[in-house]
Amino acid sequence: MSSPAAVADPAAPTGGPAAGGPGPARPPRWRRALTTLADGWLLLALLVVWEVWARADPSLFFPPLTKVLGEFGSVYLTSDPSTLFLSAGFWDNAGVSLARFLQGWLGAIVVGVAAGLALGRSRVLSRMYDPIVRFFMSMPKVALLPVAVQIFGVTDAMNVFLIFLGTVWIILVNTADGIAGVDESWVRSGRSLRLSRFALFTRVLLPAAAPRILAGIRVSVGTALILMIVSELYATTSGLGYQIVYAERTFAYLEMWAGLVLVALIGIALNGAMSAVERRLLRWERRTGLADL
Amino acid sequence: MNDGATAVPALDVAGVSKAYDTASGRRIALSETSVRIEAGEFVSVVGPSGCGKSTLLMMMAGLLAPSEGEIRLDGRPIDGPPPGLAVVFQDYSRSLFPWMSVRRNLALAAASDKLPKEEVARRVQHCLTAVGLPDAADLRPYQMSGGMQQRVAIARALMVQPQVMLMDEPFAAVDAQTRADLEDLVVRLGQEFGATIVFVTHDIDEAVYVADRVLVLAAGPGRLAADIPVDLGSRRDQVETKLDPEFARLRSEVFQLVMRPRAIVDVPVSASA
Repeated sequence: MSSPAAVADPAAPTGGPAAGGPGPARPPRWRRALTTLADGWLLLALLVVWEVWARADPSLFFPPLTKVLGEFGSVYLTSDPSTLFLSAGFWDNAGVSLARFLQGWLGAIVVGVAAGLALGRSRVLSRMYDPIVRFFMSMPKVALLPVAVQIFGVTDAMNVFLIFLGTVWIILVNTADGIAGVDESWVRSGRSLRLSRFALFTRVLLPAAAPRILAGIRVSVGTALILMIVSELYATTSGLGYQIVYAERTFAYLEMWAGLVLVALIGIALNGAMSAVERRLLRWERRTGLADL
Repeated sequence: MNDGATAVPALDVAGVSKAYDTASGRRIALSETSVRIEAGEFVSVVGPSGCGKSTLLMMMAGLLAPSEGEIRLDGRPIDGPPPGLAVVFQDYSRSLFPWMSVRRNLALAAASDKLPKEEVARRVQHCLTAVGLPDAADLRPYQMSGGMQQRVAIARALMVQPQVMLMDEPFAAVDAQTRADLEDLVVRLGQEFGATIVFVTHDIDEAVYVADRVLVLAAGPGRLAADIPVDLGSRRDQVETKLDPEFARLRSEVFQLVMRPRAIVDVPVSASA
């Protein structure tokens, strides 16, 4: 690799770093607004079509967007800042779902990363566990739903278990690959500093493999959301998935649509948060140009 | 500069060989090499590619185990990276950690010493100042030029207050001007910190310019071909030293040894001058 950024004369090192980088100047505000509009016109057009169509040809199943949003507001939002402007309806349904999601998903991250570290550093272990990992990786995770119900019954543990089992493999495999692919020069550098085994893992291997690990975690967010909803559609008495199905079965289509909007928003929020975390943690990767390799 | 022929050498390489098993059979990287490096010496190691000079250095660093023989640091056999020994690698971009600031990169080197926080902070500042980068602590490595990054790598090596500093072609990846600056820096630091330095390079001028002694390795298999004392005084200057007739003589002597190793195979070379 060539030296990434020969920014300053080494003889005059006190000069400011090229921290921000030169980059092109920001375009004027109206130009940016126009760009945003250009990027979003299709979505906007579709929403308008939905609204117009639903009003022109009223149907019980497809209420107009504005009504859906109104329902969404009245069910899930309040003016009370102490509950983050989210109503009891939100916390009773989405809160339960998110608690299941977080337990299963965070558990999968902890176990997946830890096991991936071990498998990534040991050829023996990785050979030994390869068939099991492959088996679960290739299996459609929702197929495990009956098994989860058999084991745990209709309990929160069932949902958590399914989310965990559905996401842990992808995180594990990406971590193991990431760790195994860490440049040996970094490991040697760390060893020459007489780092303890633990420090070598936490300060060198884990950060060096972070791009790959976070890629696995990002993919797992989507899977975890799917499993959260599906497991609630199938066998629960609470949660977002349950509420959507319940609304559908009681012909409360407006409420069903509001639930769908909420699920979509939660997905967008989680993905956005994930991107922000990645940007923060992987700044070095983009800046060193290693991301292009 | 050393009166310690009887004293324990800083580094004692005793009958060391290194062989690798490859798909096409056993390949000997270094065969039966013995050399004693005294405390405070600045020794450079040159040789054609494949002569095992980096292998030798990695074994001294405790990062590779010899197939045969033993390397002792201050009389103690090396069986892993020892305390009081620091390594500066060739590829600074893959030896400094880009996910940490310069400060944390340096502090990590002292982590195994379990020092109080203030002492670490003081040492970081001291080492950065020694390499001419007193204001670089909060930068990330990728915000610096190659030469600056290698200075940081040297500062990181100084963090452990090394008795022995091993440098593996440290300036191969920087431009000529920076390289000259860094050579002078290392010569100065070697004297200031009183460290024993082993400096691997493929550049013959550089090998002679920085060192008190040049070890020439030959390839196929790697082995010690010559051990040449460099008598250029302790003060080195990029212009004056290189005009010195003695420099020119040493340079051509080493050059011939490196380029025509076959010619000297039959000539027995004493390991100590």
